[in-house]
Order: sequence, then structure tokens, then C-alpha cells
Amino acid sequence: MSPEIGTHQLESDTAGDMNFKETELTLALPGESRTLKEMNGGKIGTKRGFLETVDLNLGSLRADCSDKDRNESENDVLTAAKPPAAKAQVVGWPPVRDYRKNAMKSCKYVKVAVDGAPYLRKVNLEMYNSYEQLLSALEDMFSCFTIRNYLNERKMVNGVENVPTYEDKDGDWMMLGDVPWKMFVESCKRLRLMKSSEANGLAPRTPSKCSSTSG
Amino acid sequence: MVSLCSFISYYWEEEKRMNYFPDEVLEHVFDFVTSSRDRNALSQVCKSWYRIESSSRQKVFIGNCYAISPERVIERFPALKSIALKGKPHFADFNLVPHEWGGFVYPWIEAFARNRVGLEELRLKRMVVSDDSLELLSRSFANFKSLVLVSCEGFTTDGLAAIAANCRCLRELDLQENEVEDHRGHWLSCFHDSHTSLVSLNFACLKGDINLGVLERLVARSPNLRSLRLNRAVPFDTLQKILMQSPNLVDLGVGSYVHDPDSETYDKLVTAIEKCKSVRSLSGFLDVAPHCLPAFHSICPNLTSLNLSYAPGIQGGELTKLIRHCRKLQRLWILDCIGDKGLEVVASTCKDLQELRVFPSDPYIGHAAVTEEGLVAISSGCPKLHSILYFCQQMTNAALITVAKNCPNFIRFRLCILDPTKPDAVTQQPLDEGFGAIVHSCRGLRRLSLTGLLTDQVFLYIGMYAEQLEMLSIAFAGDSDKGMQYVLNGCKRLRKLEIRDSPFGNGALLMDVGKYEAMRSLWMSSCEVTLGGCKTLAKKMPRLNVEIMNENEQTDFIFDDAQKVDKMYLYRTLAGQRKDAPDFVWTL
Repeated sequence: MSPEIGTHQLESDTAGDMNFKETELTLALPGESRTLKEMNGGKIGTKRGFLETVDLNLGSLRADCSDKDRNESENDVLTAAKPPAAKAQVVGWPPVRDYRKNAMKSCKYVKVAVDGAPYLRKVNLEMYNSYEQLLSALEDMFSCFTIRNYLNERKMVNGVENVPTYEDKDGDWMMLGDVPWKMFVESCKRLRLMKSSEANGLAPRTPSKCSSTSG
Repeated sequence: MVSLCSFISYYWEEEKRMNYFPDEVLEHVFDFVTSSRDRNALSQVCKSWYRIESSSRQKVFIGNCYAISPERVIERFPALKSIALKGKPHFADFNLVPHEWGGFVYPWIEAFARNRVGLEELRLKRMVVSDDSLELLSRSFANFKSLVLVSCEGFTTDGLAAIAANCRCLRELDLQENEVEDHRGHWLSCFHDSHTSLVSLNFACLKGDINLGVLERLVARSPNLRSLRLNRAVPFDTLQKILMQSPNLVDLGVGSYVHDPDSETYDKLVTAIEKCKSVRSLSGFLDVAPHCLPAFHSICPNLTSLNLSYAPGIQGGELTKLIRHCRKLQRLWILDCIGDKGLEVVASTCKDLQELRVFPSDPYIGHAAVTEEGLVAISSGCPKLHSILYFCQQMTNAALITVAKNCPNFIRFRLCILDPTKPDAVTQQPLDEGFGAIVHSCRGLRRLSLTGLLTDQVFLYIGMYAEQLEMLSIAFAGDSDKGMQYVLNGCKRLRKLEIRDSPFGNGALLMDVGKYEAMRSLWMSSCEVTLGGCKTLAKKMPRLNVEIMNENEQTDFIFDDAQKVDKMYLYRTLAGQRKDAPDFVWTL
């Protein structure tokens, strides 16, 4: 292992990957050795600048061994709990026109999974203005299931009851209706219509929040 | 056509003392030569060919609006009717060029108007187009027929209103991906009731509402309408009415496609679509509700072009079901949510595929849903593939080598790995060998964009093998000046070179300064070139404009020659230093 790698280790899944380099096949010409030192060519500066300036949000995807080996400072970027001192975003990367980025942005599509249904659907949250609208669209989409009305009125057909829940930015599963509509649209990553029995583990909604969910 | 020119010029040399061809004969022969490149070749054979060609040329292409003055163009081509102009450098698309940099079309329109050019067609890309320009354009050319604006900005729907109202012969208004300030005016209403000549109307990029009744009536009185691309504000039921009116459409861009699949309107739409037997190109679906696409299955077998890259609402199964009907597809633009498996469906269905673009559906998240597997599948299923733009999560040398073997006919090869310095996903090696295989195998390659972990070695391969390469885009690649030197030395046909965040410096920049006069332009940002290096270059090459720019449009330049330059853009020009450069651009 090249000396510059040092002993910095990430807290996450590094172990198995670190030895991979020793046994890998290389497609280089015979006689050439491509150690990391050569690849760096002594000019770490601008070429590796991308890693140093990347947003932490992208960092989770960078936790694979190739990047970990190369640069000490980059380890700091990935393990720091706060954003790096350098620019948070790399300008112009990925090379997608603003026009296209904006067109994608205004479509807040999230996957909808329904317990018991063998397929996934997607909805565009930007198309609705309130929980009511969203839930009624979901009922249309999954018409053979019932969705528990967020105002706590239960609709029961065929004895099946589904509770609308969502996964937020932090990865927590929440019940629909707790936060104002716009905040929900911002933070919702995906929806799941859970069977009531499974939803028991979620924090119950406090009745006092009903009135604040008019969106 | 080029071989015809060589034959004629050979004959000319041999038979100097014989009777010449009369001008009219040559002019008639030249009429058959239409491409700009071939016309340029003709004009270089001899003086009289230059004269005849220049006086008869109607269509001109100017790749850099600052390379020549409008007056000079008018002087050389008095018969000018159709002109295409490009403004900002390509990297402006990715916010690397400061906003007020330039690329104004007004001086051109003003010069054409003043000199009474019989302008009929104007095509602009990456230019700043003001409402005043559009107003002047609309009033100055009685026979104006076609306006195509691609990735332009600076105008509002008021400018469009002027075009609609005053260009009585207008056949084509094609707005592609422009930033238009929408005043929600009545620009569509400005087409006169007697305006019946529309052939092509594309307003998909407009964000605001339009008067639907006006649109329906405009379509109804346009019997020659063959291309129609709607914006988001055009709902499903209007679409259905429009299609009933225009069964001869060849190119359709669906706006909003949100509807109830059980409605009567839906059934009417299915009927209308079945009548549109001429549709060959389909795009749009800017807003789309689930379960909507089966209505289009009847025209899919005829489609040669499909663009679903603005339709993130079309997912997985529906997408592949649609594609399975599209056996004649030649061009496909989609989002990466199709996945590697979806690309396998494309590979097994679309045997005539020539051009593929796969865009990231989540550019902010930085994660792509396709890998090298999708690319390999496409290459093995689609032997006619010649152009690809592929945003992916990862790549391997083995995959690129396989692709190179399967598809030796690539003309354009653009690969974008979302993590731009990512090595081979399996071996962790640089991707030098993979791209080397591409340039080695694809002898006709004209455009190349690279990403991934790349050393100087890949540039050695490019210099050695990419003989036809005209445009090269480099980001976060290379180790030393040698990389850039290999390219400048080896690629004899290079016209555009754009480089960002790579360790190339003065040594490479100054190696062969004469080369830049044989190229259109060079862009270098966040590289190692210094102010001193740029100054040296500018001094040696007076016919180049060497522009340097600071980040964030700051106007305080540092006057230290050893200081690295943020952004440098140089281009050959006959027009000298431009007079419209903003303060933060310094032409050396």
C-alpha cells in the first residue's frame, strides 16, 4: 500500500475493500506499475480538487474504496460532521443545463409502495396542494385498497386498512399530516401505505396538529 | 461533394489554357453543393471560384459570432438569405461562463437591416436575444420565414408577439430550451387571422399560460403544420382537439398529459392519435399522470425519434412497454430511470438506433441509475449506433473495450460519470485503456467527452488515434502538460478544445501557438495557466482574442504574471478585440 494513504480510515465500510488493490488485475501495459503515487503524479492540486469541494450530500456515494485511498484531506471531508470549509458545490457539475435541471426540479416524484401490492407507483407531489388531494389521488391509484383518512375517520372495505406514511430526508418513517403540506413536500422521499398493524410502531399523531395540516 | 471539387479543380489545373466554364454554369453546379463545409472547400480552389461561390451563397454558418464582423459577412455574401450564429462557448451551458459575458445578436440584425439583406432564416445558439432585437427583426425583412432559437436568453413573450404580428410569411418558430421571461401576454393571438403558413411551431420551453382557444384556431388555419411542440400549459383535452385538426403532423411535443384514463376525452384522444399516421417524432410529456401512455402505442411503430428526457413521471414498466412498440427508433433521449434492464429492452427492440442520450433524473443527488452494463447492452444490440451521451454511475475499461469492438462507427462519444474522477469500478484502474480502445476503434470519431480517473496516457492515445477528432471536452483529467500536448500535437482536425479543472499549464498552452489559428476556440478554466502565459500567447498571436475572466464577475484583476487564471477563452478572429466585453473580461 502506498505510504500516503496512511492510517486514516473511515468509520464506515472500509475493511474488506482496503486489501483489494493488492490482488487486482490491471489492464496496463506490462512493466508499468500504476501505484497511487504515480497516478497522483505529484499534482494533487487542481485535478483532485473535485473531491475537496464536493457537497457532503454526495459524500455518501463516495464511500467506496477508490476514493478513500487517494487523498488524506478527502477523508476529512467525508468524516466531518459539518460541511467542508471549501466550496460546498462544484460549479457546473454534473454538466447538465440549468434548463434541464429546473425542469426536473419542478417534478417532485416520489415512489409509492402499498403493502400487499406487487407494484410500485410514482406520484408528483408538486401536482397537489394538500394532503386531501394527495390521498384522494392515491385512493384512485390503488383503488382496491382503502386509505385511512388522515383526519382519523376510518374507511373500511373488505376489512383492509392502510395507513399513509412517508420517509423523510432523515430516513425516518412518519405518518402523513404532522407537518404543513409544503414542508412535507420538501422532505418527503417516498410514500408507503402501511397495513395498520405495522403502523403501530410509528409515533402517534397528536390530535392538536390536525388544524395545522391544511397546507 | 468534396471529391467532385477535387475532380473539377484537378481538371481545372490540367486544362488551364482551355476555355473556362462560364460563370453561370459554375453557379449552377454550385447550387447542388449545399453544406457549408463543401462550399468553403469550393471557394478555396481559385480566385474565380471564390468570387462565384461567394456571390451565390445563400446560407452561411458562423460558429463564433465574434470571429468576424457582420459587415464583412454581408460584403462577402451579398446573396445571403439564411444565417446561423453561435455565441457563448459550450461551457456556458454549465454556468462556467459569467452571465454578462456577451453574445448579443442585436448588432447582427441591425447590420442586416441597414444593408437591406434579404434575410429569410435566422438560427441562433447560446446568444443573448433582446426583445428589441426581435422587434427589429420582425420589421426589417419582408420575407422572413424561419426563426430558430436554441439555448438563448434575454427575451420575453413581448418579443415573440412582435415576431408573430409582423412576420407575415413566417413558417417556422422553433424555441428550444430558451430562458424566456413569460409575461403571459397574448403573443399567440398576435398571429393574424390571415396567417396560414405555419409549418413548425415549438413553444415547449415557455413556462406561462397561453390562450387555448387561440391555439386551437391557429392550428385549425395552418394546413401545412407538420411540427408542433406544446408547453406545460396545454392540457390533455386541448391536445385531443388539436390532434383531430392536424392528422398530418410529423413531429409532436405533448405538453401536459394529465388525465383520467376512463374519460370520454381519453377515448377521443386514442381515435385522434390513430389518425396521426405521419408522426415520426414524439417528445414532451412535461407533466404526466400514470397509466397514460397506451394511447400512444398505435403510433410507436412509426416513430424514428423519441424524447422522453423531460418526463420523469414515466417510469419503469410503462416506459419499457412503450419502447417495445418502437421498433423503428433511430433517436432516443431518455432519463436514467430506465435502468440497465430498460436499456437491454432498448437494445433488443431498437435495431435501427443511431443516437442515444441518457440523462440523469436526479442531477442534484449525484446518483445515476445506469452503469456500464446498460452501455454494453446497447452497443451489442444496436450496431448502427453513432452518437451517444451517457450519464452513468460508473464505468469499466472492460466495458469500454467491448463497446469499442461492437460499435466502431461512433462519431460522437460523450460519457459522463457522475463522480468525474472515478476509476474503473472493478479494477480501480484509470479508464485510459477503455477510452484508448474507443479512439483506436472508432476511426471516424469527431466529438469526445471524457470522465473518470484519467492520466496523461489517455491523451497519448487520443493524439495517436483520434485523427478525425474535432471537439474534445476534458474535466478533472490528466497529470501534466504532456496530456494536453499529446492532443494538440496529434489531433490535426481539432477545432474546439474545452478543459476544466485539469493540471495543464503554460508549457502546454504555448507549445504550438500557431495551432490555435487552425481551431475555432480553446477554453481553459481552473487549470494551471498563468496570466504571464496568456500574455505571451496574446502577444505572439495578434489574430487571436485571448480573454481572461475572473470568477463571479469580479472586476479586480490581479496584475501578477505568476497568478493562475480562473478562466481563459481564446478564439481566432478577423474582427479584432470585441467592443462589447464587460468589465470582468480582459482581452489581452
